[in-house]
Amino acid sequence: MAERCAVIGVGQTHHKAKRDDVSIAGLVREAAKMALADADLTWSDIDAVVIGKAPDMFEGNMMPEIYLAPALGAVGKPMIRVHTAGSVGGSTALVAAHLVKSGIHKRVLTVAYEKQSDSDAMWALSVPQPFAAPLLAGAGGYFAPHIRAYMRRSGAPDYIGRMVAVKDRKNAMRNPYAHLHLADIDMKMVEDSMMLWDPLRYLEACPSSDGAAAMVLASEDAISGAYPPAWIHGTAMRSEPTMFAGRDQINPQAGRDCSADVYAQAGVTDPRRQFDCAEVYVPFSWYEPMWLENLGFCDLGDGWKLTESGATAFDGDIPWNASGGVLSSNPIGASGMLRFLEVAMQVRGQAGEHQVDGARLALGQAYGGGSQFFAMWIVGSDKP
Amino acid sequence: MSAAGRTVRPVSIASFAQSRSVRRDNERNEAEGLHPVIAEVFGNIGITKDDVDFICSGSTDYLIGGPFSFVMALDAIGVWPPRSESHVEMDGAWAMYEAWVLLQEGEIDAALVYSFGRSSLGDLNEILTLQLDPYYEAPLWPDIVSLSALQARALIDSGKATEADFAAIASRSRRDALGNPNAQVAKDVPVEVLLEDDYVVAPLRRHTLPPITDGSAAIVLAAGDKATQWSERPVWITGFDHRMETHSLGARDLTSSPSVTKAAEVAGVADGKIDIAELHTPFAHQEVIVKEALGLDDSVVINPSGGPLAANPLMSAGLIRIGEAASRIRAGQADRAVAHATSGPCLQQNLVCVLEGA
Repeated sequence: MAERCAVIGVGQTHHKAKRDDVSIAGLVREAAKMALADADLTWSDIDAVVIGKAPDMFEGNMMPEIYLAPALGAVGKPMIRVHTAGSVGGSTALVAAHLVKSGIHKRVLTVAYEKQSDSDAMWALSVPQPFAAPLLAGAGGYFAPHIRAYMRRSGAPDYIGRMVAVKDRKNAMRNPYAHLHLADIDMKMVEDSMMLWDPLRYLEACPSSDGAAAMVLASEDAISGAYPPAWIHGTAMRSEPTMFAGRDQINPQAGRDCSADVYAQAGVTDPRRQFDCAEVYVPFSWYEPMWLENLGFCDLGDGWKLTESGATAFDGDIPWNASGGVLSSNPIGASGMLRFLEVAMQVRGQAGEHQVDGARLALGQAYGGGSQFFAMWIVGSDKP
Repeated sequence: MSAAGRTVRPVSIASFAQSRSVRRDNERNEAEGLHPVIAEVFGNIGITKDDVDFICSGSTDYLIGGPFSFVMALDAIGVWPPRSESHVEMDGAWAMYEAWVLLQEGEIDAALVYSFGRSSLGDLNEILTLQLDPYYEAPLWPDIVSLSALQARALIDSGKATEADFAAIASRSRRDALGNPNAQVAKDVPVEVLLEDDYVVAPLRRHTLPPITDGSAAIVLAAGDKATQWSERPVWITGFDHRMETHSLGARDLTSSPSVTKAAEVAGVADGKIDIAELHTPFAHQEVIVKEALGLDDSVVINPSGGPLAANPLMSAGLIRIGEAASRIRAGQADRAVAHATSGPCLQQNLVCVLEGA
C-alpha cells in the first residue's frame, strides 16, 4: 500500500545563459539550499538524494553524481542518478516520489540541472554513433518536420506558434527566476526573428540556459515548512520506440497513455475544467497546441483554437506555463523538474506574481527523446 | 523481514540472463547485443514483455561516446504498446534498486531490469577520468588504474594485505572462472607465477586489474503470486541498500568502506549466515576492503563465478553479481548470499543486496 507523498520545499536558481559565478556544484547547491530552507530543514534531515540531468556529454562530466555527492549532502546516504532524455527532470522527481511512496524514506531531496554554457548541446546531440544514421540537426531540426505535419493535419494558421512564443515570454516577465525577460516581446518581434528550422523562428525556440531545480518530498508524517504541502495525486511514466512505422510522432500514444494513467489515479475526467493550471514541456512554440490535444484538453485538431482563444494565457480559463515555461528558461535536465516544481508552487500558493488565483489542482508534464518519453504528475492542495 | 525497521515486501529474482563476456563485440550494436539476453531472461520462465509492469535499465553514454545510448537499446525490448519505463546512468544494480522500490509500493508485481555496455569502444582510462571533479581533478587526468594503485598502496601500508594477497585473489578468481562459461579470463595460474608479472602502476601488477569487457545482463523481478508461479524455488531479496561516500580521495580512508558497512547494516547482512558473496571489486585489492566492510569471515565463498577479475562489463558487472548469487541459491548451492555493486573511483559508492532461498 503506497504512502502519501507531498512536496514540502522548492528551490531554483536564477536561470541564465552563463552562470559564470558558480561551478556545477555551486549551481545545484544553490537550488538545493533554497528547497531545504523552504521546507525548514537542513542537510542532515534528508534521507536520500535523487539527481537527474540530460546527457553527461553536455558538460563533459561522466556520471556527475560521483562528483556532486558532497555538494548535495549525500555522503553516507543513498544517491540515485536518473537519465531519461528531456523528460529526465520529471522522471527524477518521480523516482524520488516512489522512494517516499514505498515507505523506504521520509524525506528525499531531488535535484536536476544543466550547465549548458559548459558545453554545446547542438554538438553533443549530434555526435555520429556507430551503426546509426547521423541526425546532425539538434532538437529543433528534429521536431520541425513534426510541427509542419501538425500544421497540415490540423489546418492551423501559421501565427499560432508566434502567439505561444509571445504569451510564454509575457508570463516570464512575472517570474524573477526566468532566463528570458523580453519586455518588448510582440508578434512582430517574433516574426522578424531569424528562421532557424522552418517554420520555427529564433524566438519560437527555447533558450540555452544554465540552471538547477530542487524539491524536498516528504511522507505524511514528515511535513514541515511555512507553506502548505503540495500533495501528489498521481504519477506516471511512459516510453515508446524512436523509430517504428506505427508511431504517430504528432500525437504520441505514450503521451496519451501516460495522461490516461495519471488522470485515473487523480480522478480527472475533464482536464480543462478540473485543472486550475498546467506546466507543460513546450520547448518549441507549436508544442503547446500539440500537447493540448495529446493531453486531452480539447478534441483532436482543436489545440490551436484553444491557444488562439486565449484560454491558455495567464488570464485564460486554463493557464499553461504561467512561469514562462521552457520557452523562457531551458536548463535542459532541469526543465522537466521545473514544470513539476512550478505546479507545486501554484497549489501551495507561493508563485508570487505568476500565481494563478485559487490554484488547487495542477498538471506537470515533461517529454523527451523523439517525443517518446513522458513523465507526469498531478499535485493538489487537498490530501488525496 | 525488515530493513531499517520497515516491513519489506518479498520480491524474488525470477530470472537472470547474461551475454558471454568478451573483449570486443564489434559486430553488433547495443540493441542487437542485448536482444538475445532479453529473449533468454523472458524465455527462462516462459513470459513475454507483456507480463512485466515496469522496465528499468542502467548504462552510460560515455561508453558508446554519444548521447542517449539507452534510447536505441530500448529496441531490444520493443516497447509497443508504450510501457512504463525508466533509466539510470548507473550500473544495472541501481536500475534493479529503482524497480525494487516500485515493487515495494505494492501496485505492480513484475519488472524487467537490464544493463549493457561495450567497454571496448574507447579508452577506459581516459573515459573514467571524466567521472572526477571537472575543475580540480579531471584536468590533471589521473587515470583509474593509478587511483586504484594509490588505494592498494594505502592498504599495504596499513598492514591489512600484501601483494601476495592480491595475487592470491586474482589466482583464485580466474581459476573459479574456469567453471563459468560466460567468463572472459579463465585460467589456473599459481600465485608465485603471478608475482613475476611486471607492475602496471605499482603496486598493481597486471593480474590485479580487471579485463576490458563488453557484455550485458538482465533480471526479471517478481512479487506476489507471480513470484511463486514463475519459479519453483524463488530467490528472495531480503535486504537492499546503497550508500555514497565523498568524492575527494584525500578526505577518505581508502582502506575501509563505511558506505559498504552502512549498506550492509541496513540490508541486514549480519542477520544470518552468508554462504556466498559476489563482490563487484574490479581491482583485486578491493576484495579485501569490501569483505572486511561486509563483516564476512573466511567461511564465505567469494566470487565463485570468477567475479569482475574474470569479466568486468562496465554498467553490467554489478547486476551480474546479483544474478550470479541468485543462480547459486536457485541451484541449491547456497541458502543465503550477499551481492555487491560499486560505482566511482576507489569504491566511492556501494550497493548491497541480500538474497535468500525459499
